[in-house]
Amino acid sequence: MTCPVLRRCRVAGLAGWFIALTFAICLQPCSATAEAPLAMSQIAQGVYVYRGADAEATAENAGGIANIGFIVGDQSVAVIDTGGSLMVGQALLAAIRQVTDLPIQYVINTHFHPDHILGNAAFVAERPIFVGHVNLPPALRARQASYLARAQEVLGSIASEDWFIVPQHLVSGREVIDLGRRGLVLEAYPTAHTDSDLTVLDEATGTLFAGDLVFLERIPAIDGSIVGWLAALDRLKGVPARRVVAGHGPASAAWPAALADELRYLELIAQETRQILAKGGTLQEATASVGLTEKNRWRLFDSYNARNVTAAYTELEWE
Amino acid sequence: MKLVIRPVTRYAAKPWRMRLLLVAIGLLCSAPAGADDDLWPDLKEALFPGQTIVSGASFMHLTAPERAYDAAVVPVQIDFDAARMDGVKVRSLTLIVDKNPVPVAAVFHYPTDNLDPSVGTRVRVNEYTNVHAVAEATDGRLFEIAVFVKAAGGCSAPANKAPGEAEAHRGEMRLKRLAEEGRDGPLEILIRHPNFTGMQMDQLTRNYIPADYLETIDIRSGGKLVLSVEGNISLSENPAIQFRLPTGERGGIEVGVKDSNGRSYQAAWPIPPAS
Ligand SMILES: [Zn+2]
Repeated sequence: MTCPVLRRCRVAGLAGWFIALTFAICLQPCSATAEAPLAMSQIAQGVYVYRGADAEATAENAGGIANIGFIVGDQSVAVIDTGGSLMVGQALLAAIRQVTDLPIQYVINTHFHPDHILGNAAFVAERPIFVGHVNLPPALRARQASYLARAQEVLGSIASEDWFIVPQHLVSGREVIDLGRRGLVLEAYPTAHTDSDLTVLDEATGTLFAGDLVFLERIPAIDGSIVGWLAALDRLKGVPARRVVAGHGPASAAWPAALADELRYLELIAQETRQILAKGGTLQEATASVGLTEKNRWRLFDSYNARNVTAAYTELEWE
Repeated sequence: MKLVIRPVTRYAAKPWRMRLLLVAIGLLCSAPAGADDDLWPDLKEALFPGQTIVSGASFMHLTAPERAYDAAVVPVQIDFDAARMDGVKVRSLTLIVDKNPVPVAAVFHYPTDNLDPSVGTRVRVNEYTNVHAVAEATDGRLFEIAVFVKAAGGCSAPANKAPGEAEAHRGEMRLKRLAEEGRDGPLEILIRHPNFTGMQMDQLTRNYIPADYLETIDIRSGGKLVLSVEGNISLSENPAIQFRLPTGERGGIEVGVKDSNGRSYQAAWPIPPAS
């Protein structure tokens, strides 16, 4: 199989500076292995999704644990999230090239978490516009060192600073982009799952890419504000979509029914944490008891629930 | 290195702090410690030179989660069993996160008539480490206790989830009564402060944010000092201090805090009733 990234780099190589810019990206992975295309599901006309593994990032899954996808318009393609490593990004690019040769005009990042963004580097040679929430670049930069260390721990020395491609087209509020007779509505949210959550609505099919504002089956992780997230869900449920691509879980789910589990979980965490606070309970008591009735409803519950409770407690103790 | 070099001039005034600094520099300059390395013998000698420290396990209890859920917010509690203290009166209590860049997280100083030196706080944990508490008795004897905590990355975790808002509320405080079965629970003071470690990246400039942390937290009841805490960068963002008032204390609580940039903040409340 040809290496898609390498092929494109040769083309771009006509401009000498560009070779230098992309040298590391092209050489490193392609000399090792060419990534096989990701197995995508077409969940609606022109909307393709790769369902991430319900696991922590490992060398075996190459960080491919988030749902990522692309939408094909008449004139161009938009990628929505790129996975947790260059390799996943390359495999996504290979999958796109099995479907269409149209240019990749946009790579949209729904937020800064590494499992959604570290594949960006695979698309640099396509010269798309990288799009993200206005808060994303500083938030990613602040975390880059620890994300890189973690990626190297899991994936080895192949993980590099070059993987941190930060969007330059920044969205605050609402914006519509066009793929050729196909409009995508981008909406930036106030702090919720993170401080950089951006959603993408494909108006043609009523498909909402919610990023990690919506978790299905995998336990939600609070890295922003539980109060803000509940407010975001209230706003999200009014989005006129037919289906949602959650950040984690099934590739496609009915809308807005898909919000129910997460809403129940977050409301419970907020409510039980407030109860503990009201009766003078400690953080330790909160992490030992809050949310436990949800244990069998979520994957990775034991890895994230107490952490979520810590986030909720240290936020809500200031109410 | 920035983190430890910056405070040198401020630290120079206090010899013991200078020692902490040297310890920190020594640790940073040596090869990264593996999980098995025990830093405690060296730390102990640097912090309490030439002194013998005996186990305090018969009357001290150090509680921390074995595996922390959030390395930047690890609750730690040191309880003293008054019935087993055998005349020991605690003058100060030093809380040490062995493998943190600045290992001493806090020193709690007590007035002589304090009866229950039990305290709690929240710390950052940078890598798997022992956490030590050393109690110094009024007669000079030293008692130690330790637990192992599995957590990593707490010192460089991004400051806060909403930078602008945190700055607007800097210095705000809360006082509350924690619940406890059978007796009056401890009081808890919360202080809004980023307690920057010097190891966190500025979200806008991509430079390290200079260390900026609470240096002293003085707690008075009825005008009389009941607890004085020396803090450092190992205390979590928005530091929390739990403590017990001497029995019968009813005079209202005043708190004065000072950070490493010389800013100070005050607050006062009536004592919250026990529920
Ligand atoms: Zn996420």
